[in-house]
Amino acid sequence: MTTETEPRTSAAIGGMGHSVKRKEDPRFIRGAGEYIEDVVLPGMLWMDIVRTPYAHATIKSIDASEALKIPGVLAVITGADLEKAGLHWMPTLAGDKQMVLPTTTVMYQAQEVAAVVATNRYAAADGVAAVFVDYEPLPVIVDPHKSLRPDAFVLRPDRGPDKANNHIWHWESGDKAATDAALAAAEVRVSEDIYIPRIHVASIETCGCVADWDAVRGQLTLHMTSQAPHAIRTVLALVSGLPEQNIRVKTHDIGGGFGGKVPVYPGYVLAVVASLTVGKPVKWIEDRSENLQADSFARDYHIHAELGATKAGKITSLKVKTIADHGYTDAAADPSKFPAGLFNVITGSYDFPNAFVEVDGVYTNKPPGGVAYRCSFRVTEAVHAIEQMVDILAHDIGKDPAQLRMENFIQPEQFPYKTPTGWEYDSGNYGVALQKAMDMIGYADLRKEQAEKRARGELMGIGISSFTEIVGAGPSKDFDIIGIKMFDSCEIRVHPTGKVTARIGVQSQGQGHETTFAQIIAEELGFDTDTAPYGLGTYASRSTPVAGAATAMASRKILDKARKIAAHLLECAEDDLDWEPGKFTVKGSPDRFKTIQEISFAAYTNHPQGMEAGLEAVDYYDPPNLTFPFGSYICVVDIDKTTGQVTVRRFVAVDDCGNIINPMIVDGQIHGGLTMGFAPALYESITYDELGNNQAGTFMDYLLPTAVETPRWETGKTITPSPHHPIGAKGVGESATVGAPPAIVNAVVDAMWHLGVRKIDIPMTPQKVWAILHEKGVA
Amino acid sequence: MTTQHVKVTVNGEVREADVEPRLLLVHLLRENFGLTGTHVGCDTSNCGACTVHVNGMSAKSCTMLAVQADGAEVKTIEGMANGAALHPLQQGFWDQHGLQCGFCTPGMIMQSAWLLEQNPDPSEDEIRLGISGNLCRCTGYVNIVKAIQQAAGELRAADAAPVASVTAS
Amino acid sequence: MIPAAFDYVRPADIGEALRILKEREGEAKVLSGGYSLLPLLKLRLAQPALLVDIQALGGLDGISRTDDDMRIGARATHRRILEDDGLAAVLPIMRDAAGGIGDPQIRNWGTIGGSVAHADPAADWPAVLQALHASIVLRSAGGERVVPARGFFIDTFQTGIEATEILTEIRIPLPAPRSGGSYQKLERRAGDFSTVGAAVQMTLGGDGRIAQLGIGLTAVGDAPFAATHAEDALRGAKPGDEMFREAAAAASRQSRPADDSHGPAEYKRAMVTEMTFRALRAAFGRALA
Repeated sequence: MTTETEPRTSAAIGGMGHSVKRKEDPRFIRGAGEYIEDVVLPGMLWMDIVRTPYAHATIKSIDASEALKIPGVLAVITGADLEKAGLHWMPTLAGDKQMVLPTTTVMYQAQEVAAVVATNRYAAADGVAAVFVDYEPLPVIVDPHKSLRPDAFVLRPDRGPDKANNHIWHWESGDKAATDAALAAAEVRVSEDIYIPRIHVASIETCGCVADWDAVRGQLTLHMTSQAPHAIRTVLALVSGLPEQNIRVKTHDIGGGFGGKVPVYPGYVLAVVASLTVGKPVKWIEDRSENLQADSFARDYHIHAELGATKAGKITSLKVKTIADHGYTDAAADPSKFPAGLFNVITGSYDFPNAFVEVDGVYTNKPPGGVAYRCSFRVTEAVHAIEQMVDILAHDIGKDPAQLRMENFIQPEQFPYKTPTGWEYDSGNYGVALQKAMDMIGYADLRKEQAEKRARGELMGIGISSFTEIVGAGPSKDFDIIGIKMFDSCEIRVHPTGKVTARIGVQSQGQGHETTFAQIIAEELGFDTDTAPYGLGTYASRSTPVAGAATAMASRKILDKARKIAAHLLECAEDDLDWEPGKFTVKGSPDRFKTIQEISFAAYTNHPQGMEAGLEAVDYYDPPNLTFPFGSYICVVDIDKTTGQVTVRRFVAVDDCGNIINPMIVDGQIHGGLTMGFAPALYESITYDELGNNQAGTFMDYLLPTAVETPRWETGKTITPSPHHPIGAKGVGESATVGAPPAIVNAVVDAMWHLGVRKIDIPMTPQKVWAILHEKGVA
Repeated sequence: MTTQHVKVTVNGEVREADVEPRLLLVHLLRENFGLTGTHVGCDTSNCGACTVHVNGMSAKSCTMLAVQADGAEVKTIEGMANGAALHPLQQGFWDQHGLQCGFCTPGMIMQSAWLLEQNPDPSEDEIRLGISGNLCRCTGYVNIVKAIQQAAGELRAADAAPVASVTAS
Repeated sequence: MIPAAFDYVRPADIGEALRILKEREGEAKVLSGGYSLLPLLKLRLAQPALLVDIQALGGLDGISRTDDDMRIGARATHRRILEDDGLAAVLPIMRDAAGGIGDPQIRNWGTIGGSVAHADPAADWPAVLQALHASIVLRSAGGERVVPARGFFIDTFQTGIEATEILTEIRIPLPAPRSGGSYQKLERRAGDFSTVGAAVQMTLGGDGRIAQLGIGLTAVGDAPFAATHAEDALRGAKPGDEMFREAAAAASRQSRPADDSHGPAEYKRAMVTEMTFRALRAAFGRALA
């Protein structure tokens, strides 16, 4: 067990383990990044969108005559216009379908109803205000439980008479009979309902695009802020009927993605239609309220969990039944065979034989989605449930939650470990990570302090989360999105001058890919590099596990050829060469060596007879398995009894993401992930009133944490390399978002357990905490 | 559509435009003057991505009209570096990994610059309060605080340096 | 979000500004710092034909002291109020309130006059000014009138200001010796509007009893209001936690909060009790100091 990756290369080369400063930063700190709103094309027009105030209504008529009188307004596009071209529906990444514009019925508040194209954004906004839409409101379903009732009206009659209900799909995993039997036999059973509310990624840059149709060449270029440009291109080709090779999707700098920039939104398609209609480039940039009200959401899982255990606290079984609220269409970005993502990783870090998980997807009058929020495919939901259940079990049987975890962890020698729901965990050392977190925070002293405070009537709590993440989707036999396999690629070309160009298949939204991929090449080949981007996109912490592996494998192909060239140049056998980053040396003759730069030049000028010139390689990496980062987090909270305000006093995060490429970037990813775990635990949620009105449609009410309330994160590491990954790395961008919320929830419940509080749903707002304390007679 | 003439000194250079009175300052900067380093992240004055200095005071340029800034001195992120030489805050953000996606960064740097003008030696609490009108979704603020601390130290050292040399001579 | 079109003028003196307001009565709106008005314009909730920007009007942003009162120009920014040591020495409640408004950028530009004229029920100044028994100076082409802050705030976004008037100054009576005040704001997050705010200004008599008292409440009614029942309960009383609790409960009973994203009415009523209690205690502490 180590706690840092010892660099093998010099600082000048900057391979793995070096905190190399980011190559992308100089442009950002000067305000010279190029985000989508910065793209300006000659003759470019603006598009703005008319949206419905009703969550469910029939469109009786749309009158655009006043809008078209406004100077600068050129066109108003409605569902009727699209229907003529068969463009009014589009497929979702989850295999459902979604309206581009409605022809008869709107299904959620802020749904797109018409698009206005104008010479500038101000005229477009005036046009939107002048389009008159006559609606006939319909009854609204916001509660998925009500949606499943037999008497509920059918939200999606387009699915045909065979599907005259609001149930989308059923998915299950594990052995039901064995789990039922084990639960029935369990000495102790814990049962809870846990709701994980709708939240929104709310990257600071909203979504947008510039669609540029070139009628002469028959070519469409879509400039956009997307995490998955290749998937978008495929969907656009399917919708528009344009040949895929005539569509170019160009991404620019992305102002945060976190999953929200994976889906294909109607706005993109509308901008394309607008450009096709008017023959000019058309820009669409959504504003923040459109972003919060209409773009894909995350979570919205109604979980019922039952945990069985012995009296001594050994877990024996877990059964989970979940209702997944998908809004009016399933527009999740999960791999096609996994409608509930990787939710069955819910057995967590614990060794027990019996588990059964089932999830039912349901339609409601809400925006579609089920995308990530800096989390890979429903893992946050899984971790949230198991980590709370384990804590409740510990409290119920009167055992310290840390001790109970230690006694139930999968032990290091059990890896690779097959879980009861079928995953094979690659590596882990959970007890060491938890112990390290306990040592860092001073766990025993905190428990003493808590006891003293409790005696004085003060509310202080300590919460733990020992999560296992699952990232790096994924092996192509299981993982595809609408048929596109989830491999990733890297193409490396070494130029005669010893400079390197790498093309990778993932897109950065701030993770520092330009730097970390260069470092992988530096590690493998011994020179620093310039990289440029091809693949399915960056989400679910795929970049390092998949594209990073492709980069390492491509580098190794290059190194194999370089060795042959070096042997030729040094007139020795390949086996007689030693490699160290940057050069080959003849064994026992330290003065006889060739640098990688000399070899690069020779690859084009003096390569062995019979060998092809050049030094380049491509690798399409299809991972043999996913990787399983883990960690243990401990949180200390104080609760103001009079107001219900929760303050996170300390938060220690010990992460293990395998070998570390760039420690500075990894820490930065963890800080950000922790903050996006903290946010929904205490502040963020999107709720609806019974009419389907979004209650958090601006940053006035959708509360992103500021620097003031964000805890001062304390981070630590353990390193357990992935045995099947070429560089032993696992991926880190999402671990903290997955692991943090239950630590905070467990701390708040821990503070109030003695009052009879067993659980609390997030966000733990002051009013919610106060209501509980009030009910318990404390506030 | 009536327009009004505005004349604004942006990063030391006089710029002029005929604009609709309703044009937001941020759009004047971005669209009329091509200074796209200033970003828009919300509509409600919450996120601070559009922060610039107007007459030496930090302001949210999405909540100010271009006509209100007629005659004013405006400083944007593009005016922070002196040629190739980065402003200590820019250097601090780079050195300390104070940015990830970079979208909030220009506003964050402009607000920090104003903060350090008011308070050259802020405590961590004062820094956090000072940037409470600027939202970052990537970094968790830890490294932003470090970046500002690094820059504060450098700016204080630079301020102290001439005084020391005068004393020496 | 883009405002609807409007015209814009920036008069050089107050006479010209008042003349324009008179000529365009009902169509024109006064623009001060803009941090209250612009969000409304962007949402198109307000669509005035003309904005009269008063930034060039001289003499409206000072803070001064007369024999009777503190005078704060309508264009004094929240930041200027926050940083004025002379004002804080006499009326520390003003620093409490100014420091909690919005964020640094908003405090740099937002003005007390703009906030008072805008009359958002969740804005902080209106409750503070009512607790202080302040007066509001309104100028029109016809002259000047001085109206009490109590009674000025009629409803949500609605005040006693006429369309032809400009709010020019706030006047706060100088507190007698043995006075203290405090503003206690409950917010969900830094920079948020108040969930509940309680403003208390208290003067102790020679007998140690409460001689004068003002209590104003933020965000728990259609307009910010004075908690007169609590004031009545405390006037002449001997200060102490028990009395403060009773009075705070009376303030809560007088409040009319609505359910919203800040919390249900029941929670807000409880928070009125708590914030009023805290403000009473803090004000009392300052009165003794």
